[in-house]
Amino acid sequence: MKNLNLYNYILTIADNSLILAQRLGELCGHGPNLETDIALTNISLDLLGQTRSYYQYAAKISGEDKTEDDIAFLRIEREYKNCLLVEQPNTHFGHVIGRQFLFDSYHLMLMEKLQDSPDETLAAIAKKGIKEVSYHKRFSSDWVKRLGDGTEESNAKMQEAIDDLWHYTDELFFMTEAEKVLAEDGIGVDISTFKKKYYEEVSEILKEATLSVPENKYFAKGGKEGVHTEYMGYIMADLQYMQRTYPNMTW
Amino acid sequence: MSEKDVKNLEEIFEARIARDEKIEPKDWMPEKYRQTHIRQISQHAHSEIIGMLPEGNWITRAPSLRRKAALLAKVQDEAGHGLYLYSACETLGISRDELYEQLHSGKAKYSSIFNYPTITWADMGAIGWLVDGAAIINQVPLCNTSFGPYARAMVRVCKEESFHQRQGYEIMLTLCRGTEEQKAMAQDALNRWWWPSLMMFGPTDAESVHTEQSMKWKLKRKSNDELRQQFIDQTVPQADLLGITIPDPDLKWNEEKGQYDFGEIDWDEFWQVVKGHGPCNKERMNARVNAWNNGEWVRDAAMAYAEKNEKRKVAKAS
Repeated sequence: MKNLNLYNYILTIADNSLILAQRLGELCGHGPNLETDIALTNISLDLLGQTRSYYQYAAKISGEDKTEDDIAFLRIEREYKNCLLVEQPNTHFGHVIGRQFLFDSYHLMLMEKLQDSPDETLAAIAKKGIKEVSYHKRFSSDWVKRLGDGTEESNAKMQEAIDDLWHYTDELFFMTEAEKVLAEDGIGVDISTFKKKYYEEVSEILKEATLSVPENKYFAKGGKEGVHTEYMGYIMADLQYMQRTYPNMTW
Repeated sequence: MSEKDVKNLEEIFEARIARDEKIEPKDWMPEKYRQTHIRQISQHAHSEIIGMLPEGNWITRAPSLRRKAALLAKVQDEAGHGLYLYSACETLGISRDELYEQLHSGKAKYSSIFNYPTITWADMGAIGWLVDGAAIINQVPLCNTSFGPYARAMVRVCKEESFHQRQGYEIMLTLCRGTEEQKAMAQDALNRWWWPSLMMFGPTDAESVHTEQSMKWKLKRKSNDELRQQFIDQTVPQADLLGITIPDPDLKWNEEKGQYDFGEIDWDEFWQVVKGHGPCNKERMNARVNAWNNGEWVRDAAMAYAEKNEKRKVAKAS
């Protein structure tokens, strides 16, 4: 493939949206109340919309006869480049919110940089995405505050979720080969530039939510290079079920 | 208020309905009108919420990104319908929590169709085509019902349902134009959903207990049997166009009546499911009760946080 680095770079961003949308899709109809159920479905829909735009673009530049669905459904697990954070399960509502908050904070900063990319398609997707992701971030930060500063029980649960998920935050800033090359070319974003800002901003909201900021020495990584947690295989089993069972059909 | 006064009010009330005027929440209304509307509107709202479950079951497994997004959006619409129907119901002086309590305790009913399992992707098509199709026939007359908030909610619900129905039919059409396996999947879904869809119109007129009063209040404009007939007459040609067969050997066009004759509905099955012993009654109810119970700490936290914030605001102002 001529544009292999660009292709991989797009998937690095898009796979996060796909897998998080999939996780949120599991919750539809099971939320703590109707309003949050609708809001989480909305976020899932936004992410899925972004995923489609990225994959359509990736399919186009692949130079092969690929479609967005081939990219979404017909890769092996090791070829998915999402970070480990987004594949973490919906253990309880604290985890759903914690995962969303830790991802949204990163995602918004990424979109804000990506909108200035000289690659017009990426810039356009990012520009549209900023509006959506700003809303996601407002929703998730508000809930972090509500749960953190709500009751004793909710504080404990929100803290538990943040402690569990913090382990996966460092990977957000791990740069793959494709990301390094694209950042050097000025087309992609050098994500290391906003790592400090990310942790400052996230910590500030956690403190406002009367939560303590974890002080991990060790972090997990691997997702962006295709080495996922054990959860990923089951996500794949659901995601790919139809395409694998009934190959080469139109739906 | 004397008995005579009440009788007088009732007459004025009935006359307003007869003139097609809308009854609004603050207007005087007979207690029976209020209770009947709470029962029907909440039953409708519960059906929307329970109805999210069989379709939600396929969101993670939808076969393409386009279908996944459309299904998510559809299930979200149902949540939205639930939301405005609960709100319409609340104007009659009952809270959403009380309505949930009635659902969870089994006191309130919901549409039995959602107690059937969704076991293949074609069920997403069949539900849209048949179940939403039947729902529209039941619901369109409600856009002109006498209670204002319900009528207005139904205008919006019907618009969206009609979109869902077309979407479901389009899923069926894609399957029927596909491979043999896909067509077999579509036929199997029709076989399983056809009779339960006919049951959505309720018992036969001879068995239906609420019809007469509901007609007077415009909660109903046509009888169960008339609506069922309308559904069959409208749906048979659509099945023909798909090239799949309705699972009723007695189904045939009656030239004289200008409508289809059809076979006997299995009313034992109907009552079995209504009484709580259908294939998924327990699963649906457990899913709802679990969502509610697991969400309690979240709702409590939101309440506690709102109270703290209010206090902080007051403290700041003083």
